Amino acid sequence: MRPRRGAGFAAGVAFTGLVAVFLIFPVFLSVLAGVTANYQRGVFASGVTLAWVERVLDLYAHTIGLSLGLALATLACTLVLGVPVAYALARNPGRLARLAEEALVMPVAIPGIATGLALILAWGAVGGFRTHWTFILVGHVLFTLPFMVRATLAVMLAVNLPTLEEAARSLGAGFLARFRTVVLPNAAPGILAGSLMVVTLSLGEFNMTSDAAHAVHHDPAGRACRLLRLDAARDRLGLHARLPGPARSPPRRSAMGIRPRLRP
Amino acid sequence: MSVAVDLRACGFTHADGTRALLPTDLAIRAGETLAVLGPSGCGKTTLLRLIAGLAFPDPPGRVLFDGRDVTRLPIERRNVGMVFQSYALFPNLDVAGNVGYGLRLRNVPRAEREERVARWLAMMRIPELAHRRVDQLSGGQRQRVALARALAVEPGLLLLDEPLTALDAKLREELRVEVSALLRELRITAVFVTHDQAEAMALGDRVAVMRAGRIEQVGTAEEIYHRPATRFVAEFVGTLNVLAGTVQDGALHLPGGTLPANGLAPGPAVAACRPEQLRLDPEGTLSGRVTAAFFLGDRVRVVIEGAAAGPITLETTGAGPRPGDIVRLSAAPPAPWRLPGP
Repeated sequence: MRPRRGAGFAAGVAFTGLVAVFLIFPVFLSVLAGVTANYQRGVFASGVTLAWVERVLDLYAHTIGLSLGLALATLACTLVLGVPVAYALARNPGRLARLAEEALVMPVAIPGIATGLALILAWGAVGGFRTHWTFILVGHVLFTLPFMVRATLAVMLAVNLPTLEEAARSLGAGFLARFRTVVLPNAAPGILAGSLMVVTLSLGEFNMTSDAAHAVHHDPAGRACRLLRLDAARDRLGLHARLPGPARSPPRRSAMGIRPRLRP
Repeated sequence: MSVAVDLRACGFTHADGTRALLPTDLAIRAGETLAVLGPSGCGKTTLLRLIAGLAFPDPPGRVLFDGRDVTRLPIERRNVGMVFQSYALFPNLDVAGNVGYGLRLRNVPRAEREERVARWLAMMRIPELAHRRVDQLSGGQRQRVALARALAVEPGLLLLDEPLTALDAKLREELRVEVSALLRELRITAVFVTHDQAEAMALGDRVAVMRAGRIEQVGTAEEIYHRPATRFVAEFVGTLNVLAGTVQDGALHLPGGTLPANGLAPGPAVAACRPEQLRLDPEGTLSGRVTAAFFLGDRVRVVIEGAAAGPITLETTGAGPRPGDIVRLSAAPPAPWRLPGP
């Protein structure tokens, strides 16, 4: 027999539904606007079309490709750096390791804009680095690395990796053998979760990219963020602050604490 | 195939400076099962890890396998089998994968590997579990898989860290018998660590009793029980009745009467006896009042006060006395015996 569900359950469902609608409705509206033939006249009067999508793809396919490429490059870097770091942290229970773990999360707490500026201040003068796409990559890796490390570390600690490794050693496994046969397979769920997080964050991170990309300026990757037209919006709203910028770049970098998160 | 282990002045100090093990000498004979018994924190697991090669002794300590110096050899090159308290089975592999792991590392051809895995699973009486995931196993099954995995590589030495602690009492008893039979059949040198004295006495050919980073005594279960080297050993292993009194005219005078001095030197004396060395005896010369009687099925455990300075425990079969009864006791030689110092 099914247990009787009271009014509380119905209220819960209703509330959950409301929250879901509240959150999803704006997304739905955005999508609708994207396929409406004439937004001024409304979807019912003008009908739906994929023309706008096509146009955006025509204009920005390259930049979207760059964003994806950047996300994948970020993923590659966080895998190469993050998994060994998580492994090292999992194996060292000491206080120093815990400190390092916390320090690693710092870039998440600092606004992306600030990190971007810090990168420019620190590396802006170093040869052609500033005008190279890897400049943006560094910012993204800095920001996403803690997510990879945390996710991987959590799984490594949950399966008690140090003891599993001792077991593998007792059976004759050297470092490489046990890293391949014990560490990686057992940390895989964490690495996967971390990877999804890194790609999502890299695609969505705007502020730091904006700063760094303005520095890059001539690189088409800079267009990836200007695609969002946010810099123009800032100018209109008078949010920009004048900061020393690169010689050839117009000084209109925002240092305000707003974190607009737009998704293309 | 089984090796003799020789520890020479093996001490161990943690990175933070705490001494886990004082310099210790210990010889383990080939084919022997040694139980390392002690309370938690006494250094017994450290001792096991030194033998395993998971930790290295402070200089100048040395570890010898069959006379060969393996002090600096890490565990992966010592050919030891190890069973961990938490079993440490690989969750990414099934049972057969776990048992065959060491064989795969040794590049044993697939057919032979499968055959050997099947043989070990049969020996552990779990052949039907070969393709089960390890998280679907019960505690006892995990224990058997862990044993099979450690033994499948045919190590010269088997090390077990609290192997039965995580199991419930009945299963522990059952596996204790099985493991004991297995070790005897394989004649493999085995060292296992436990804080359970019944387990140590049942499984070990010899028992090493440890306290605070040092070995207090090594000997057979009988030696440890009947001729403890220190008061700690006497108290840690089994139940001990402390009989503190004065020896005069061939008798040990206690608060509740006397017992035969049994060779104890005249003057103040601290003697002791085990529960089974005392019996209820209407003709006894020592008397006390029963404060508790526990019915254990095959016997009754009786606690008596007033006979000695502290409570005295004895076990009797048949109808036990009731709390409040005044009873008389006598001791069977060799009790009472002199209790060694701490």
